[in-house]
Amino acid sequence: MITIQHLTKSFGRFKALDDINLEFESGNTISLVGPNGSGKTTLIKSILGLVIPEKGTIKINKEEIKTNWAYRSYIGYMPQIGRYPENMTIRQVINMLKEIRTDHSRYDEELIESFGLPAIQNKTMRNLSGGTRQKVSACLAFLFSPDIFILDEPTAGLDPVSSELLKDKIIRERANGKLILITSHVLSDLDDITSHIVYMQEGKLIFYKGVDELKKSTGEEKLNKVIASIMKDDYLKNHAN
Amino acid sequence: MKTIVKYVLLDLVKNKTILVYTFILALLAVSVLGMSGNSSKGLLSLLNITLLFVPIISILFSTIYFFNSVEFTELLLAQPIRRKTLILAEYAGVAFALSIAYLVGIGLPVLLLNYSLASLTLLISGLLLTLIFTALALLIFVLFKDKTRGIGAAIITALFFTLLFDGLLLSFIYAFSDYPIDEPLLGLISLNPVDLGRILVLLQLDVAVMMGYSGALFKEFMGSAIGSIYTVACMSFWILIPIAVSARKFRTKDL
Repeated sequence: MITIQHLTKSFGRFKALDDINLEFESGNTISLVGPNGSGKTTLIKSILGLVIPEKGTIKINKEEIKTNWAYRSYIGYMPQIGRYPENMTIRQVINMLKEIRTDHSRYDEELIESFGLPAIQNKTMRNLSGGTRQKVSACLAFLFSPDIFILDEPTAGLDPVSSELLKDKIIRERANGKLILITSHVLSDLDDITSHIVYMQEGKLIFYKGVDELKKSTGEEKLNKVIASIMKDDYLKNHAN
Repeated sequence: MKTIVKYVLLDLVKNKTILVYTFILALLAVSVLGMSGNSSKGLLSLLNITLLFVPIISILFSTIYFFNSVEFTELLLAQPIRRKTLILAEYAGVAFALSIAYLVGIGLPVLLLNYSLASLTLLISGLLLTLIFTALALLIFVLFKDKTRGIGAAIITALFFTLLFDGLLLSFIYAFSDYPIDEPLLGLISLNPVDLGRILVLLQLDVAVMMGYSGALFKEFMGSAIGSIYTVACMSFWILIPIAVSARKFRTKDL
C-alpha cells in the first residue's frame, strides 16, 4: 500500500532520513520506534508531503506522490501537537474540515461521541486543555474513514479512559483492513495494537519486523521488554541482515 | 479556498488585537478630524497616522499569525488541498481582516465627517499599504523557518520602509545635489511602498508642492492623474510580486 524507496532527507548537515526502504501493507498496525531525533516524524511528514525529500520515492497505491496532492484523501493524520486557531470553537474546526473535504458526505463520528465532544462543542480552542485538543485531533483523523491512518504520538496527553477508547478504535479499524502507522514513546500503549515494528536510529532504518518474530527471538512477552533487550543486547549485531 | 478564507475570518473577527487596532484607529480618526477645523490639515494628520501604524501593525500581526498557525497549516496540508490554494487563502483571510479593521477604523469616520476625493485616496492608500505589508509578512513566513527570526525580519522590514529608507534617500539627494537626479529619484521612490502611499494622497491635496521634494517631483513630472496611476500601479506590483514569490517558494517548503 505504501512503498518507500531510498528516501533521504537532510536538514543542513543533519541527516534526518538516510536511504530508507520500507513497504507497508494494509491490515497492519506499524509502530515507528526510536530515540528522539531518529527521524520518525520526518518519515511521517514525508509520506504526508509536508517535507519534500531530497532523494527517493514514496508510492501510495502504486502512484508516486511527488506532484500529486489528491492522494491525501486516503490518509487521516493526527499530529503530535494539535494547535488550532484560537478563537474557533470545536464545532467550527470540525465543520471546516468537513467543508474542505467535499469528496466525503459520510462521516465517522464515533470518536466524537465517545470522547463527549458534543457537550463542549462551543468552547473555543484557546480554552481547551492539551488533552482535549488531542481528542479533537484524533476525531479529525478518523472523521473521513480513510484507508491509511498516520498517528503521531496519539496517546500522549490523553487520560487513561480516552487512551483506551482510542486504542479500541485503532484495533477495530485494523480489523476493517486499514493500514495504521503510529509513533509513540509509550511502548506499553502499543502492546495490544501493533503488528510490526520499525526501529529507527539517527535517520537509519535498523530493522522492520513482525512483533511475533521479535518476541520469539528475544524471549520476552511485553513490548517494552522486547525493545529494551534489543537496545541493550548485541541483537542488532547478530540479527542485522 | 473560500472555506478556508471564511474560517480564517471567523477566527480573526474575534481576535483581540484586531479589535483593539480598529478601536485605536477610530479613536485617532475621530479626535483628529474633530480637532482641526481645516479639513486638509486633518487629512494630513490622518495620513501620517496611516503611514506610521498601518505598515508596522499589518506586517507584525500577519507574521505572528502565520507562524502561530503553522501546526494548523500542517493539518490542512494533510488534506487533499494544493499548497498554493492554502497559502493564498491564508493571505486573503488575514489581509481581508486587516483591511476591514482599517476601513472601519479610519474609513467610517472620514467618510462621515470629511468626505472628499482626497479622503477616498487616503483610504485607498491605507488599503494598499495593508495588502502590501501583509504580502511581505507572507513572504517572511515562507522564507524563514523560525518564528523569532521571522518576527525580527518583520520589524526590520517595517522600520526600513517607514524610517530608514527616507534617511538613505536624503543622503543620496545630498551627496548628488550637484547633478540632475530628479529622474533616478523617481525610480528610487518607487522602491518604497510607504513613500508611494504618501505621494498618492499628497497628489490629491493642494499641499503637494509644499510637502517636500518627492511630492513636488511627482506633480511636476507627471501631473496628478498620471502620477496617481503610476503610484497605484507600483503599489500593485508591491502586492503581487511578494505573493507570487511566496506561492512559488511555499511549494517546496518543509513544514
